[in-house]
Amino acid sequence: MTDKVLEVKNLTVHFYTYAGVVKAIENVSFDVYRGETFALVGETGCGKSVTARALTQLIESPGRIVEGEVYYHKNGESVDLLKLEEEEIRKYRGKEIAYIFQDPQSSLDPLYSVGFQVSEALYAHNKVKSIKEGIRKAVDILRTVLMPDPEKRVSNYPHELSGGMKQRVTIGIGISNDPKILIADEPTTALDVTVQAQILNLIKEMKRKYGATVLLITHDMGVVADMADRVAVMYAGKIVELADVFSIFKEPIHPYTEGLLKAVPNPLIKIERLETIPGTVPSLINPPSGCRFNPRCPLASQICRAKIPELEEVKNGHYVACHNR
Amino acid sequence: MGTMLPAITGDTMNFDSGYSKSNSELLMVKNLKKYFPLKGLLFTKGYVKAVDNVSFEIKKGETFGLVGESGCGKTTVGRTILRLIEPTDGQILYDGRDITKFKKNDMDWFRRKAQIMFQDPYSSLNPRQTVFQIVMEPVNHHGIDVDDPERFVIDLLEKVGLNEGHLYRYPHEFSGGQRQRIALARILSLKPEFVVLDEPTSALDVSVQANILNTLKDIQKELNLTYLFISHDLAIVKYMSHRLGVMYLGKLVEVGNSERIFEEPLHPYTKALFSAIPIPDPEIEKRKDKLEVKGEPPSPINPPSGCRFHPRCPFAKEICGQKEPALEKVEKDHFVSCWLY
Repeated sequence: MTDKVLEVKNLTVHFYTYAGVVKAIENVSFDVYRGETFALVGETGCGKSVTARALTQLIESPGRIVEGEVYYHKNGESVDLLKLEEEEIRKYRGKEIAYIFQDPQSSLDPLYSVGFQVSEALYAHNKVKSIKEGIRKAVDILRTVLMPDPEKRVSNYPHELSGGMKQRVTIGIGISNDPKILIADEPTTALDVTVQAQILNLIKEMKRKYGATVLLITHDMGVVADMADRVAVMYAGKIVELADVFSIFKEPIHPYTEGLLKAVPNPLIKIERLETIPGTVPSLINPPSGCRFNPRCPLASQICRAKIPELEEVKNGHYVACHNR
Repeated sequence: MGTMLPAITGDTMNFDSGYSKSNSELLMVKNLKKYFPLKGLLFTKGYVKAVDNVSFEIKKGETFGLVGESGCGKTTVGRTILRLIEPTDGQILYDGRDITKFKKNDMDWFRRKAQIMFQDPYSSLNPRQTVFQIVMEPVNHHGIDVDDPERFVIDLLEKVGLNEGHLYRYPHEFSGGQRQRIALARILSLKPEFVVLDEPTSALDVSVQANILNTLKDIQKELNLTYLFISHDLAIVKYMSHRLGVMYLGKLVEVGNSERIFEEPLHPYTKALFSAIPIPDPEIEKRKDKLEVKGEPPSPINPPSGCRFHPRCPFAKEICGQKEPALEKVEKDHFVSCWLY
């Protein structure tokens, strides 16, 4: 499984706001292998969603992709997605790389039936000749995503569906063009746990069926444990640790990963006291010098404040950005 | 379930037979109901049965956790027992006195004893007030004399992990976690005995959440507070609670000792809920057998007949669709409302 489908190099995105330049992500590099589920995990504002959106240039003003390359490999050829013109990238977006966003309420248009919206995605990439034909196909797609009563639901409007069903529709739109990469940005955060379990299962099922690669963005360590093959932990706009899911949970190396895992209560274990990470996430307008975690780090020393640590391989496939390890 | 309003049917749980009575109960809720009318053009079209015949008790100094998914009525329970929402029917005994019958004077007394912490610290603090004003407001409202207000507020801030330097700042200068601490200082200003914590950390990140939960636990121990902890997150409910109630569609389906319920959940909904939480450990999570329930919670306007969970229940029998199960005792301090037991 070392066939790279996506190669991200030194991706840097800045937001030019009145308050100053927000350095949302800086020099983010990672590879995604074909057929795996790769998770980007971190707390609010760590840049995980910005990273996911930047991959297909979905960054809106005042944000700008300052630097970086995103190579997409297909049939032995590779393209730098960030070098493509708007017209060109649209052929990739939705067809080769599809997104599922957090809030199904706002990713669906309230004025069109869900069948139309699925059909629109098919029509845009020339999978069907007319919207009408697309709507017929939408019924099959809704059936694939286990929507109850797809024949009836196809003519429903978003407000007539529950949160879980709406998310099934967005997944349906996502998979309608058989994408090679499915980017799921917090796909279950707006849903209840029993529905979350159903949607996560559905994503696994879709992955098995279509052999897609999944890039999962989440803040929930439980969801990561359930879904991911490999994990990148982000903090304040940088990847601090990257490894396979078992190593991340069993042998976290970066002090932030360690702290984060200890702060998450595990319902199977009786915990007397949760461990915490002191302080708060820094401002990304003036991030701390050196390692961005140094003000909160129990191991911080002189060098941590002076020099930015590089992401280095410490064990086979286990990368860490820390001076102390 | 054809009848609409406060008809107490045979399904009603007999409160006295089940629970062991002791003097240490601070709050006893008996057959609490809250029906929200659905207004038509002229007539009431029906009722949303947000809370339907819910009974439980909270002992002094303990944390009672209330879990369930969105729309199950857990927040309505929390607000109704403080009479922030008037109950439709039922009794709420605080220290043996029925607060549903309280007039203004008694309510003033009760409002000092019982407080609530809200989910969203961005909307629960007045943006035009300083921290000092925010914390002093309840004290002023109740006309309590404080010798040195500044010292009084500083002491409270220190208790919740803030400091003197924060005194004259405004809410927008604080992070979500710090705002929750300000809200906590305001709650403590009245020296309450009972606090409803309504999803106090669901707007916060995990590292901040852990901090707030620990502070809440410390303060509870120090001041001997009683908590009603409302949350959809089972892992943190387990961390916080001594006893636990699981709600589904306006009903309590399982109540009892928190550790026992986690060891051996009995109600199929509790089982499904527990099985659905992703465990933050890939060795366990990737190998776990999951009990998946179909569909989503139905509308509380026309809840299913019989047991409200039966259309989604993998173990449903014929009786489940016909007759509503009562909350029955299965062992010491463990009650379940299910025909399987």
